[in-house]
Amino acid sequence: MAVAQAASPAATARETRDEWIDRNSGRIMVLPAVIILLCFAIFPLIVSIYLSLCRFALAGGSFTLTFIGLFNFKRLLIGAQQYHFLGTFKPLQTPEWIAFAIFAVVIIYWLGRNVATGFNVLGLIGRLISAGLATGLVLAALATMPAGAYEGTLLTTCFYVLVGVVAQFLIGLGLALLCAQPIRARNFFRVMFFIPLMVTPVGVAYMFRMLADMEKGPFAPVAAALGFSAWSWATQAWSARLMVLIGDTWQWTPFMFIVLLAAIENQPRDQLEAARLDGAGNFQIFRDITWPAIAPIAATVVLIRLIEAFKIIDIPNVLTAGGPGLATESMTLHSFIAWRTQDLGGSAAVGYLLLFVSTISCVSFFNYVVRWTRRYQ
Amino acid sequence: MTQTADRRGLAQRLFEPDRLESLAVVPKVGTYVVLGFWTLVVLFPLYWVLVTSFKIEVQVDSGPYFLPFVDFTPSLDAWNFMLFKNNTMGAYLNSIIVALSSTLLALLIGSLASYALVRIRFQVKLAAVVTFIALLIAVIIAVAALGVPWAAATAVAIALFLLSLGTFVRRFNAAVGNNDIEFWMISNRIMPPIVAVLPIYVMFQHLGLLDTQVALISTYTGVNLPIVVWLTRDFFAGIPLDLEESAEIDGASKFRVFFTIALPLVRSGLAATFMLVLILTWNEFLLALFLTNARAQTMPVLVAAQNTTRGPQWWYMSVLIVIMIAPVIVIAGFLQKHIARGLLVGAVKG
Repeated sequence: MAVAQAASPAATARETRDEWIDRNSGRIMVLPAVIILLCFAIFPLIVSIYLSLCRFALAGGSFTLTFIGLFNFKRLLIGAQQYHFLGTFKPLQTPEWIAFAIFAVVIIYWLGRNVATGFNVLGLIGRLISAGLATGLVLAALATMPAGAYEGTLLTTCFYVLVGVVAQFLIGLGLALLCAQPIRARNFFRVMFFIPLMVTPVGVAYMFRMLADMEKGPFAPVAAALGFSAWSWATQAWSARLMVLIGDTWQWTPFMFIVLLAAIENQPRDQLEAARLDGAGNFQIFRDITWPAIAPIAATVVLIRLIEAFKIIDIPNVLTAGGPGLATESMTLHSFIAWRTQDLGGSAAVGYLLLFVSTISCVSFFNYVVRWTRRYQ
Repeated sequence: MTQTADRRGLAQRLFEPDRLESLAVVPKVGTYVVLGFWTLVVLFPLYWVLVTSFKIEVQVDSGPYFLPFVDFTPSLDAWNFMLFKNNTMGAYLNSIIVALSSTLLALLIGSLASYALVRIRFQVKLAAVVTFIALLIAVIIAVAALGVPWAAATAVAIALFLLSLGTFVRRFNAAVGNNDIEFWMISNRIMPPIVAVLPIYVMFQHLGLLDTQVALISTYTGVNLPIVVWLTRDFFAGIPLDLEESAEIDGASKFRVFFTIALPLVRSGLAATFMLVLILTWNEFLLALFLTNARAQTMPVLVAAQNTTRGPQWWYMSVLIVIMIAPVIVIAGFLQKHIARGLLVGAVKG
């Protein structure tokens, strides 16, 4: 409007400029967004590649960048930093081999079925990439199972993403289904359940640290009664990770809840009533009517959450500072710590690996799950 | 409905509803119990923070006290310290300025772009895109590895790019359309901020803008643009064409149509987008940690910095968390109705 108004008083004199603006209005509208994205996404992305291929060193008030090829990546994947990124591995034992065999059968069946039903080269390449990443992650997870082995930041991040998103989705869906029933105070619950989303993640982390304090937190009397007030969740890997997950789930369940509730309320009423009249049970109604209606939305919401979940840093950073050891360190936190120790190349390399893992995961989820749920639309 | 006496057996009356739009007793009680439990799960941590903010050190350290006036005497010490003696207000003001301006900017720029992408057909030559990226990479290598001054390198690259537009780019017909541009814009959200933050940090350092509100506002605008484009495109796609067409026949420019017709029609969706982006910006931690130091520090950074050598001082921290949540809850209360609807439209189309 500003442009149009500025030009209007002297319309006849500047006819050509007005016409030019109108002819190119589409480009003018898109241009600011493109420029901003170039500055804050594409340009940094390219510079980061370069950084990840360099060694950064401070030298007398200035710094030097030495090109060292793929060394930073090599160090993380097979070199001195492997323990940090992938984990400390131990040879697979029988139960792990069995688990891996089951996984291999599933993935080969999945690939084989795809080749058998409809073959195209691009699709196969995509599936091979997805399968490759999944195999690598499963192998790493299994190799860190035996006693004395530790998970690295990659597996910790994947654990947060996988378990966190599933938990948030299930709780959110359950609450939404309950809330969509004909009850009073539905709006009250809706408003209440939305609140955690608005609390800053840093605040959530401190809040849960406060609550989980076994000596002076609100649950201290309970802990004392049960006799584990001396026990600290922060000293053990899995309890610390669980604590991070609880904070994350508390914060993000509302997001799932609010969208799923809106989706459930939007499903076709007539089908629902017809099914009720025919005497269908609650579970039957959910399986045959509600779920097919909300599945595409559910898949999309999970996708959005998946994208954001890979970026987790605030909660582990404040809650446990990545400890005990490396147990709760996420990849973003790993990258941040590398940056703080002046290892800019390593930091960029971790960032890039995170970009690969999250992009492949999200694109795979979109192609195999979101598309599949939309097949009837 | 209630006048007719229910002649069914007790068990039936407990488990089966008498009408389609109501619940029987047992499921109803069960629903309320579960929902009430989750309300507790949501509210108790917040209650604890609120209560702790009125405690003094001794009251926190000597064990849990739950009820003000009953268990312990509330005091305003922590509030007094945090609001008047600490630098809280500076950070608070920073947060408000940064969050509001970057959200509004992202909303304006993003909705302009998504409107144009929905309504106007674009044909961008693929060759031009490839040339542009190749030149960008060349500039970065020239500046970083060979030490060419960045102004000179950029000027040469721009000249080369314009030259290529007039010459060999014309020979190629392959073009990217609206869907590709849209997908590119939205897919930027997948990028973890940690990948981009180092170069952005260096860039602002060169420009002398490190630790300023400008740096944060522009970065947040960039980070949140994909969400705005992704959400608003479906709102714009949903409004009927005839309104806009009749305005255009009357001689209104595309910009006028956008601001006077399209934008008001998608109020609800814009409100939801505004709320979501505002929350994300208000709570953002990582980028603020990199890009600010003291002057432009925002609230999440200030909160995170409370972890002193003596351990976190819960009473101070609680004050900070309370004043951070309060305004967002108030705004969300006003926009409550729009939020779910807006998010739903976005999620349906994806």
